[in-house]
Order: sequence, then C-alpha cells, then structure tokens
Amino acid sequence: MLSLLRKIRATGRVAEPAPPRPAAPGPDRAVELGGSVQVRHVDAGSCNGCEVEIASAFGPVYDAERYGARLVASPRHADVLLVTGPVTRNMEVALRRTFEAVPEPRLVVACGDCALNGGVFAGAYGVVGPVSDVVAVDVEVPGCPPAPEVIVAALRGLTGR
Amino acid sequence: MTASGALGAAAQVAVVGGGSPLLVGLMRQVRARMEGRAGAGVLQPWRDLRKLLRKEPITPAGTAWVFRAAPLVLAATVLVVAAVAPFATTSSPLDRIADLFAVAALLALGTVALALAGLDTGTAFGGMGASREMTVMALVEPTILLSVFALSVRVGSTNLAAIVGEAVRDPRAVISPVSLLAAVALAVATVAEAGRLPVDNPSTHLELTMIHEAMVLEYAGPDLALVEWASAMRLSVLLGLLTSLFAPWGITTGAGLAVLPLALVVFAAKVAALGVVLAAGEVFLAKLRLFRVPELLAGSFLLALLAVAASFFLG
Amino acid sequence: MSVAGSAFTVALGLSAAAAVAGLAAPRRTRPLLVGLGTTAAGVAGVVAGVAALGGGSFSAWLPDLLPLAGVRLALDPLGGLFVAVTGAVAVCAAVYGVGYVAPNAVEDGSHGDGRAVQAMLPLFVAAMLLVPAAASVSTLLVVWELMALTSLLLVLAEHRRRAAVGEAARWYAVMTHLGLLVILAGLVGFAAAAHGESFAQLRAAAGGMSPAVRGAVFATTLLGFASKAGVVPLHVWLPRAHPEAPSYVSALMSAAMVNLGVYGVLRVGLDLLGGGSRWWWLLVLAAGAGSALYGILQAVVAVDLKRLLAYSTTENMGLVFIGVGAGGYFAATGSRVLAGLALTAGLLHLVNHAGFKTVLFCSAGSVLRATGSRDLDALGGLRSRMPVTTALFAIGALAASALPPGNGFVSEWLLLQSLVHALPTSATATAVVMPLAVAVVALTAGLAVATFVKAFGVGFLARPRGPGAEQARESPPSMLAGTGLAAIACVALAVAPAAVLPGLSRAAGAALGAGAVDSVHGPVTLRLTGFAGSMSPLLIAVALLAAAVGALAGVRSLVVRRARRVARLWDCGAGPMTARMQYTATSFAEPLQRVFDDVLAPETDVDVTPTAESAYLVERVKFQARVPDRIEYRLYRPVLAATRMVGEAARGLANGSVHRYLGYGFFAFTGLLIVLAVIR
Repeated sequence: MLSLLRKIRATGRVAEPAPPRPAAPGPDRAVELGGSVQVRHVDAGSCNGCEVEIASAFGPVYDAERYGARLVASPRHADVLLVTGPVTRNMEVALRRTFEAVPEPRLVVACGDCALNGGVFAGAYGVVGPVSDVVAVDVEVPGCPPAPEVIVAALRGLTGR
Repeated sequence: MTASGALGAAAQVAVVGGGSPLLVGLMRQVRARMEGRAGAGVLQPWRDLRKLLRKEPITPAGTAWVFRAAPLVLAATVLVVAAVAPFATTSSPLDRIADLFAVAALLALGTVALALAGLDTGTAFGGMGASREMTVMALVEPTILLSVFALSVRVGSTNLAAIVGEAVRDPRAVISPVSLLAAVALAVATVAEAGRLPVDNPSTHLELTMIHEAMVLEYAGPDLALVEWASAMRLSVLLGLLTSLFAPWGITTGAGLAVLPLALVVFAAKVAALGVVLAAGEVFLAKLRLFRVPELLAGSFLLALLAVAASFFLG
Repeated sequence: MSVAGSAFTVALGLSAAAAVAGLAAPRRTRPLLVGLGTTAAGVAGVVAGVAALGGGSFSAWLPDLLPLAGVRLALDPLGGLFVAVTGAVAVCAAVYGVGYVAPNAVEDGSHGDGRAVQAMLPLFVAAMLLVPAAASVSTLLVVWELMALTSLLLVLAEHRRRAAVGEAARWYAVMTHLGLLVILAGLVGFAAAAHGESFAQLRAAAGGMSPAVRGAVFATTLLGFASKAGVVPLHVWLPRAHPEAPSYVSALMSAAMVNLGVYGVLRVGLDLLGGGSRWWWLLVLAAGAGSALYGILQAVVAVDLKRLLAYSTTENMGLVFIGVGAGGYFAATGSRVLAGLALTAGLLHLVNHAGFKTVLFCSAGSVLRATGSRDLDALGGLRSRMPVTTALFAIGALAASALPPGNGFVSEWLLLQSLVHALPTSATATAVVMPLAVAVVALTAGLAVATFVKAFGVGFLARPRGPGAEQARESPPSMLAGTGLAAIACVALAVAPAAVLPGLSRAAGAALGAGAVDSVHGPVTLRLTGFAGSMSPLLIAVALLAAAVGALAGVRSLVVRRARRVARLWDCGAGPMTARMQYTATSFAEPLQRVFDDVLAPETDVDVTPTAESAYLVERVKFQARVPDRIEYRLYRPVLAATRMVGEAARGLANGSVHRYLGYGFFAFTGLLIVLAVIR
C-alpha cells in the first residue's frame, strides 16, 4: 500500500487542462439536463476501435467526467446513448429496444464513421445501415476512430460545461 | 421533549437530507484526485438529482405496488433514523421511541424493501442483487447487534442518547478496549451495509459484480432520484452513527438553542472527514469475491464478540 | 362458577357438539356446522383464557370421569394464556377450514371433509384447551395422548392423495408417543417421590426432594416437551408432518400445539419443581439456541413453502426457549426482575408467533389450493391473481422477519433487552452465555429476514414460473376471513402490545411462583422496569408513515410533471424474457447455502442415461439437488439401522421349532425359581 501511495504522490495530476469550451451550442433538449449527462454505451457491431477511444476519453488524461458526463450500466439510468459501430442485423432490434428503455429527454450520439454512414463496412451483407436508419441521431462524432478530444467535445456540447 | 431537542432533530434531518449528496460528491472527488483525474466537482450529485427529477417516470411492465413503494420505504427508514440518532443533540424527542436495536432493524427494513423491488421486476439481475444483498445483510446482523451489546454494557442502556451522552461526559470511554474493538467491528459492518468497497463496488458496470446496483437497474426518473438520494442518506447516517458513537465531541447534551448550529457544523465536518478517509481507503482496495465476503464479516463478528467479552472482564 | 370456569365448560361442550355434528351431519352442511361449532368453542376458549389471565381462576374435580384417578382441572394465569392463544388460533383455523374443505377445480378428490376428519377437528381443539387446564398427572397424560391421537388422525386426512402423508404420519406417531413415554416416566417418578399426583401435592413436595431426583424429573420431562415444541434434535417430525397436513391443521399444530411443549417446561420446571438449578435452564437455553439456528438455516434453503414454514416454527420455538431458559436461569440466580423480563419476552414471542404463523400457514394453504403446488420454484406472479392473499402473506412475512413495524420485532426487542441487561451483575457463566445467545438471536434474525424475503418475493411477486401459478384465482371468502382475522391480530399486537402485557406479566408471575412481575409497561412507549430501555412500536410506525408521506410530497413538489410510461422490462435488448429466467427460490438461497454448507451438507445426484446404441451418446441427464435434514441423517438413521439389526437378529430366536419354545419356557421358569430362592 505504501508503494501505491508513493506512486500516487509522484504521479500527481494526470488530467490535461481543459481545452476551451466548444463554441457551437448543443441540441436544445440537452439544456434540460442541466450539466449532468449519464451515458450508456451501445456497441452495435463495432470493431472496438471507438471503444478504446471512449475508454481513453473517460480515462485520467482526458477525464470526461469532470464535465458532468458519466457512464452508467442501465439505459434506464441514462440520458444519452453513445452508439458505435455500423448497426448489424443482429444488433438492430437490441439498439431499438435500448433506445426505448431510456426515459425522456433522451439523445443519441453516433460515434465514429461506421455509426455515421457505415464507414468501412458500408453495404456489407451483415449490416443494416448507419445508426440514423434505426434511431434518430442528435449528435455526430466523425472519425475512424474519433480522437478522444473530439468525443469529449461532443459530450461537453451536451453538458454545457 | 424540549424545543431545542425538536429543532435539533429537524435540523439533523435537514442536514442529512441536504448534505448527503455533497458527501457522495466529496468522496467521488477525493477518489478522482487520488487517481490523477480532475473530478466532476462536489456539487455534481446535486445536478444529477435535479436532472433525474426532470426525467420521465417509467414503470416496467409487470411490476406493481412493491416496486413503486420501495424507494419511499427506503427513504422513510433513513429519515426516521436521522431524526432519532444523536448526531448533533442528544435531546431529540424521538430518542425514546427507538434505540440502537430499533435503528439497526429500521436500516434492515430499508434493505428489504429494495430487495423485494428487485425481485418484483422479475429480471435475473434483480433477483441476483436481492439474493446477494440478503446474504450480506444476514451475516452483518450478528456483528451489529453484538457491538450494540458491547457499547450498552457500561451505560446500562441501548438508547443512543444514553450511550453518546455517557461518552461525552467521560471521554476516556472512547479509547477503552471495548470501544476500540466495537469501532473496528462496526466500521466493517458499515462498509458492508453501505455497499462500499471491498464488499460492493458502487460504480461498477458489470452486472455480475453488482450487489446494490443490480436491484435498482430498472428504476428511472424521480424513482431513481429517490433511490439515489436515500442511498446517499443511508451512507451519511451510517458514517454519522460511527462518529457519534466513537467520536462524540461536539454533540450538545443540554437544552441550549445557541449551541445547535455549531453542533451541526461539527457533525458535518466529522462525517465529511470520515467520508474522505473511506474514499481514500477505497483507492487501495479491490472488491472481494462474493464468497470471500462472509470471511470478512466473520472476522468482524469475532471482534464484536471480543468487545463484549472485554466489556465484562475489563469492566 | 367464575367466568373462566363457565366459559371453559361452554368451550368443551361446543367442541363436543361440533364433533357430533361432524359425525352425523350430511356432507353438504358438515364443514359449515363443524366450522361454526369449533369457532364458537374457540371464542369461548379465548374468553376463558382472558378471564384466567385477569386473575379469575377456576378449578374442578371430577372423580368418576377417569378410573382410579379422576380428572382434576385448574386454570391459573399461566394456563389461561395458553388457553386464550389456542382458542384464538382455533377461531381462525376453523373459519378458514370451512372454505378449505370445499371441493375446487384445481385439486380433485376430497379435501378432508370426511366424517372422521371433520369430527377430529373440534376434538383436537378441545384436547389442546384441556392440556393447560390439567391439574394432575393422570389428567395431563390422558389429554396429552388425546391431543396426539386427534392430531395424528388430522395429519392423515389426505393420505389417499400422496404417499408422503403416510410416511409423515408414521414419524409423527412414533415420535409423539416416545415423547409421551418420556413425559410419563418423568411425571410418574415425580408423583412417586411426592406420594401424590395432583399438581398441588407435587408443588408442596418438590422442596423436600433431593436435587438429583428433581434434576432427573426435569431432564426426562424436558425431552418430551421439547420434542413436542419442535426443538432440535427432537424436531424431525415437524418438517414432515406439518407440510403434509391440511393447511388449517398445520396452522393449529404450528401455532397452538407446539406452544404446549413450552407450557409443559414452564409448568413442570418453574412451577412444580420450583425453579431448580442453573444447569437446567442453561440446557433449555442451549437447546433453544441450537433450534433457532438450525431451524432458520433449514428454512433459508427450503424450497417447499410449507416445509419452510415448519422449520420457521422450529426457529421461533427456539427463540421462545431462549427466553424461557434465560428467565429460569435468572430466577435461579436470584434476579427476579430480569427473570420476569425474559419470561415476558418469551411469552410475548409465543403469542406473536401464534398470530403470524396462522397467517402464514393459512395463506400457504390458499396458495396450495389455488395453484396445486407448494414448490416455490414453480410459483410467482400471485400478486395480481390473488391480491388479498398476497397482502395477508406480506403482513405475516413482515412479522416473521422481526422487522419494525411488525409484531415479531417487539418480542425480539424484549428478548434482546433481557439478554443484554444481564451482564453487569453476574457470574462468568452468564458472561459467556449471554453474548453467545445474543449472537444466535442476531444471526437468526438476519437469516429469518432472508427467508421471508425469499418466500414472499419468489412466491408472490414478479411472474408465474409454472402453469399452476398462472391459472391461480383468489380463495373463497371464508378462507380469506380466517387468514384476515389472524392478520388483524398481528397488526393489533404490532401497534399495541401493551394491551397483552399485563396478562403476560401475570402468567410469568404464576410460572415464577410470585405475583405479577411487571417488567414492561407503558401504553404507547414500552419501558422496562428497573432497567433503562424504551421503544415505541406505534410511534415508530407513525414516524415511518410521516417520513414516507413527507418524502413523497417533497418529490412531487420538486418533480417536473411528465406522464408515467409503462415500458418493456430491460432485458439487455435481446429477449423475450421468459418466466423461467427469473431467480428461483433455490438460486436465491444458494449463496447462503454455500456459506453454511458445512452445517447443511447439501446433496446432489447426477444420473446420466446413455442411449441404447452407444455408451458415449447421452440420452438423458437427470440432476437433483436437495438439502436433507442433517440431524435426521446423522442421528436417526443409525438408531433406526441399529434397531433394524437388533430386530433381525431377534428373528433368529423364533425359528418355529416347538422344542426351542418349550426350552425357553422351561429355562425361564427354573431360572426364576432359582433367583427367587437365592433372593429369599
């Protein structure tokens, strides 16, 4: 335990200083959330590249939690669905049901090129289409994979902090 | 019943009700800073609760009155305990109606309500959370009741005001072997009852590692706000009981009204300090396997038994 | 004749009339007449008991009723308490029984409305009313045996339907008669040493007997009475007989008959023998502690609803024995007030248990009748199909788990207070025993909460796990009325236990041989006499209600109004979720079973059937897991096996040869003559 304590003291703060707040305002419904956004991540067939970046975004360096966003386990606790991956045939119904389980006001963030327009997998036999074909998308985060700063900026647009 | 007593009890409820989300925020902030992150700020749980009150209430198909009533029962039990316990004043008018045994039973009633709600949903996770929570609760009861026994021997009563009043009058009682052993036993019991590491991880996302969270997976909106608030109050109340029993300085025993605000501030400070220690300690701990938790609780039971033996043999 | 005497006589008369009606009336009106008669007898019993508790006693001497000894009856406050409890339970069970025996759609065949069974019910109630009123050894033994026989016939009511009923009745018959033998041996030895058989003579002579004789009498009668109360290790008949009996009979047995075991210990140990030495009561306390723990452990892992309730009876009787043992122990060490407190706690727990066990068994019977199943793993979803029964079971479960605002909490609080206040003034034995007793009570309380959360949550909430539960419908009104009466009693005991406390003090005082020992008083807040301690069950309930209303009002005022939506259960997006995906009772109890598997010793059987063509291809795998009663396996099976071996060896004695039999007679006769010649 002492070695861990020494390591904590030696490492100090890892989180990078917050970049300036994104200028573009977020969707109107996000204002109701008042700076507290619970995010439920849905992997609708992704290659996990975006998941790695999301993990970094919530990790110590970028620390998305300081802006009021938090990952939760159940969609009933969530306000925002963070969807990655092109929506495969097997995940279409699951994504829709997850969306219906979220209480209003609810938003969907499509993360990564696959979620926006199918990306590399556009038109494949197992893919239904981009996320907007299955549920209405409110915020788009382009990139393959999107950098953690971009994900954090999208979340900051929702929390307003 | 005195006016200051009644006012003190009401003020205790207000401080616990208003301050417990701040306590949760403080604990999350301490953890974040120790992990090198910046953290969301101490006020974030208040923002979360405010947002949840604005969300749409949802009733899962097939649930009924047990599911709807459980958050209210949980909140009610914690509010009654906050009014009874001598956090800031020992002259609460409700002190005569419930002693430490009754307080422990009331906290158990809150747990039972949530477990029944988990079973009422009819999902596998709800049942799993209920089963695990009941297992932990059954094994924590002997420790709690034996510690209460140990603390009551010198005072001759299990009423909280008597125990705390005696500790205020005779500060050396707090560092006696009985008190120290009972303190460690009750600390382990508090960690288990509040669902903190190493018994349960409150921020886990893996359902198979959940105990408390698994029972509330179906709650949304205002119901979830009530559950979160009541859970935060439960943590504050449990930490408050620990500080009142083992660090009673600052609690007013008299009928003076002027000392009350100071007593409330001291209470808040003590609970905050204990919360910081708990949060810092959690950084170094990993969650125990579910089937190792009984070993931990058995160890705390032995300490409580030693505390009772000490109270007899050491007077 | 006093009120108690006349009410008691009326009760007996009404039972006899109801029994005649059961034998003579035609099938259509039989259950109603028997039910009415037994209910009226129960009401009269309650009146008699309450009158005796209030101080009005009665006694009667009927010399010609029994040959050689006559019948001697006397009702003092201690007996009056048990008469009142029995009467109250009989009222609820009789009202319930009227609807229970009516034929219904789910279960075919008769439900116990035959002449013999219907006539036995009032006779059973009468026997249970007579036991606390018996005032001589022969009267007690005769009515004890009458109670055993009538209950045995009632247990056999459904024997044509299930083979298990016959086996259960055999166990019950053998154990209750062995208990009778032991009680007979003890009491007859007592009467011989005292040169008289009425209780007054026994009481007077006990002071002059040697401690060894008194100890022997106490130990032997304790064995018999403890077996009747269902105390471990003599409890094995209880989890077999109570599930197989019709549910109103189970209620009578669990809520009224097992109390008479406690009555016996109090009467013989405290009253007749005058208290005795401390080791007696430590033995009682240890037996109670063992029963409480073992009973609740078995109940936690039980999957059969009625077996769970039967083991819960063992647990609660264990707690009562802890109270009685502590009371006797404190009386033997001279702390009178503490003894009164402990006895009052034990007796209050007995009364509370009678109330909530009646509710629980009657609700379980309603469930069994509506669904055809006692298996918790196949129940569920009864909340919407049987709402009244669910609410009544919830009241019983809250009481049984000893949580506020239930009535079980009040008696458990008193019991803990009596154990906790013993420490400062005492010997080392107390310092060792009391903390262990508190630990046992605490662990039992925690496990009881888990048990009843399982029973209520798995059995009644969520969705049906089997076809029986799906087509369940609410029970007929008489069954709901019987259960409801007991539930009302539970609620009354929860908010106003001070109403029964004066009577309990008088009963405890009668047992201790003093006047009323007023150890707890107070109309709204219960306050201990001579010790610091107070608790108010009514005000706690009021405070909880006020806090709940306050929280609701607070949330409503802060919330932004949106319409409530009914949404699909969150099943992780896949689905659909079948009812079998819910947690079952077995899975609910599995963590606790793992923690305590050294005590419970669960067994699993895996039976693999290969196909006919090849031993490598599996056609069927059968898995069975069960938790047997370990005491039965470890203690009883070897005894039964040894008995069987002795019996088989003895068969060799009777091999059919006439010469051998003549030889036996010749050698026995000459041997006897030689012995007599030597002795003379």
